[in-house]
Amino acid sequence: MNKQERIKKNTEPLFHITKRSNISFGRAMLIRGLAILLSVVFMSVVMFLLAKENPVTLLKSMFDGAFGTPLRIWILFSDTAILLGISLALTPAFKMKFWNCGGEGQVMVGSLTAAAMMLFVGDKVSLPVLILLTAVFSTVAGGIWGLIPSVFKAKWNTNETLFTLMMNYIAIQLVTYFLKVFGNAQGNLEPMPRFAIPKMFNGSYFLNIVLILVICIIMYVYLRSSKQGYEIAVVGESEKTAKYIGINVSKVIIRTMIISGALCGLIGFLLVANGSCSVTTTIAGGQGFTAILVSWLGKFNPLYMILTSFLVIFLQRGTSFMGEIYRLDTSMADIFIGVVLLFIIGCEFFINYKINFRKFGKGGTK
Amino acid sequence: MNTTVALELKNISKRFGDKYANKNVDLTLNKGEILAILGENGSGKTSMVNMIAGIYYPDEGEIFVDGKPVVITSPKDAFKYKIGMIHQHFKLVDVFSASENIVLGIKEKGRFKMAQVDRKVAEITQRYGFQLDPKKKIHEMSVSEKQTVEIVKVLYRGADILILDEPTAVLTPQEIEKLFDILRRMRDDGKSIIIITHKMNEVLSLSDRVAVMRRGEHIATVETAQTNENELTEMMMGEKVELNIERTEPKNVKDRLVVENICSKNSDGITVLDNISFTARAGEILGVAGIAGSGQRELLEAIAGLYHIDDGKIVYHNPENDEEENLRDKTPLQISQLGVRLSFVPEDRLGMGLVGNMDIVDNVMLRSYKRGKSMFLDRKNPHDLAMELIEELHILTPDEHTPVRRLSGGNIQKVLVGREISAAPSVFMAAYPVRGLDVNASYSIYNLLNRQKELGVAVIFVGEDLDVLLELCDRIMVIASGQVTGIVDARSATKEEIGLLMTAHNTQGGSSNE
Repeated sequence: MNKQERIKKNTEPLFHITKRSNISFGRAMLIRGLAILLSVVFMSVVMFLLAKENPVTLLKSMFDGAFGTPLRIWILFSDTAILLGISLALTPAFKMKFWNCGGEGQVMVGSLTAAAMMLFVGDKVSLPVLILLTAVFSTVAGGIWGLIPSVFKAKWNTNETLFTLMMNYIAIQLVTYFLKVFGNAQGNLEPMPRFAIPKMFNGSYFLNIVLILVICIIMYVYLRSSKQGYEIAVVGESEKTAKYIGINVSKVIIRTMIISGALCGLIGFLLVANGSCSVTTTIAGGQGFTAILVSWLGKFNPLYMILTSFLVIFLQRGTSFMGEIYRLDTSMADIFIGVVLLFIIGCEFFINYKINFRKFGKGGTK
Repeated sequence: MNTTVALELKNISKRFGDKYANKNVDLTLNKGEILAILGENGSGKTSMVNMIAGIYYPDEGEIFVDGKPVVITSPKDAFKYKIGMIHQHFKLVDVFSASENIVLGIKEKGRFKMAQVDRKVAEITQRYGFQLDPKKKIHEMSVSEKQTVEIVKVLYRGADILILDEPTAVLTPQEIEKLFDILRRMRDDGKSIIIITHKMNEVLSLSDRVAVMRRGEHIATVETAQTNENELTEMMMGEKVELNIERTEPKNVKDRLVVENICSKNSDGITVLDNISFTARAGEILGVAGIAGSGQRELLEAIAGLYHIDDGKIVYHNPENDEEENLRDKTPLQISQLGVRLSFVPEDRLGMGLVGNMDIVDNVMLRSYKRGKSMFLDRKNPHDLAMELIEELHILTPDEHTPVRRLSGGNIQKVLVGREISAAPSVFMAAYPVRGLDVNASYSIYNLLNRQKELGVAVIFVGEDLDVLLELCDRIMVIASGQVTGIVDARSATKEEIGLLMTAHNTQGGSSNE
């Protein structure tokens, strides 16, 4: 080692990071696949140390939990559909860079409206009319919940993240109040299955799956090929450009948030009329937040989001089953999901950047 | 001649992705000389000096200071080797005084004795002939004073090698002369200076040697006294180029856009447009000159319906039906619905004129996507137009579906200008349309503007290079602090005359842009 190389070794950084200009689709998918694999290996080691179980049997139980019986498969896909539906609802807002964190509340007011309709109108009209009316009113309620923050954003440029988050709490309080007034002594509303959407095939799952798939395709086309979708993209990329070409930015913001909220409201309707037939403060179950992640992971592309929502639900169902079988702490499932998602998000760094390690004596030290 | 080498680069390469920003660059800087680095935009000038200043780290090669190999991984390292850089965009704290900015970041034991700092600053300014009040706050300073602070900051830290990245872009001709005098004095004091520029006359009048860069490579370093403009241009371009602008006599000149007494205050209540009146005529190019930030941007945006005005009129004479329309308080949408064919190439290309993440087709579509009753987009016509523009304007792109931000500055601008011209405008406004463009691309833009003029369009061209303004335009309007200080005939005016007008604003006129 000559003197120059010594100097280099002592002072040149071990590695430096450069931005990749382009990466092939295949390579990016390879990195993502490796990230998932790595996260599973990591969690296997952790669980082996904690539960002293063979990681292979643990993983097997995960797949068993997700795919073990036909019913489990139905539930898996139906849950995926619901999560995908909420993600689809949030996506137009996100494409507009309007960070709608109010999916939870928008779903909840949809559910609340559905339950209220069943309670007050249920006996007065025939079932098909009731279902139709309920769907419309829930959608409208969700739309209003989306409209309010968007008007404030468009007129006074309030922060939409905080605003939509706060709207969630209002929704929760509304449901609490509703249950207190109309629920039983324990604060629960008795389920009203007689007003539910009639079952198709062997349960309520089929409708969710088909309906959301249709919405998914419509949303894909809407964002990609409609004039409104184009306006959303332009407003999201640059409001200045939008104004420059004569787009009415306020109008686009409000219109898009109505769509976003309305779709959430529709999902809220499904959760009640095609599910619990009642309403609770946890009916959205945090999926309004999980959907944010699904939408981001899917890069706001409805077709990719099918995959990401499936991945999240698979992990949720698989790990909770595994936790039950092996009597792991309930947090274990959440930790598992958290680790996998952390790895997937973390690997984006390696897709966008390249790490160049120090080269000893190589390159120009002659 | 016996010279000592102050700084040497050997075989330096830097890649971004798989593109070379610099490739095997060898460069020497002697003690006590001014070395100009000449090259088109994107030729690797800035990335090279950034490696000297510790902002980038080279992928390959070595840097020597005073003959010893050094590793520079941060600007702090650079200062250790007495290298200081003055960036194109100033990095100063607005609410601090000159002295406070100068000592910012210097580690010293105990308390700073500001009086001592002021004294040392005064010593430096006297030595080289700067004019600077150490106690003046940055926000009260003019651009040239801010630049002075940046230079003194570097000298205060004891730099012997100074790098200036396009220092003249924001200065008036008079201020440029002053700066050059100071740089010469510093050179005579033994400092070594690297100055980046793409203005040929500055290279020839100031530097001792010129290093020419092309496509990331160092082509040659020549003695300034033994070269000339043509030779340098040829080295810079890699081929012989004919660079002249053909200015035709205006034909069928008619008033197209009459601006009367427009006034505007910005959101801070500061007057940015102060009683501006002028007429843009069809078949003519009206140049707008002024120091950057004198209200040019606001003026064009006001005409385009993007900037609010408090007073005045903007009257458009429609050539189709001879009707007059007041465009004041109209949105861009309303303006186009009135049948006013107004095209506008804004200063901020990717932030306003185009959407960086969209491809060429979608960007071409921005102006026309609303056409037709269908709720779905028609991408076929925009696609055809995109292909046409790529072909006609020689836009270099992998294909029409490449996001425009991936294109080089010149090609981005061609997409924007091409789209705006394709709308068959009757008024064409362009703000700094050649900023950041190489010589060839610049001249193709000038030619496009000229063709619009010949087609009977009223062209408004906001520029910064006075030589170009004088060669291209028919009339030149000079703006200073939001006021029109003069409208001159471009065929007879001189650079000095315009330079004086650029600073000749009436300081009592409510403008606080001192």
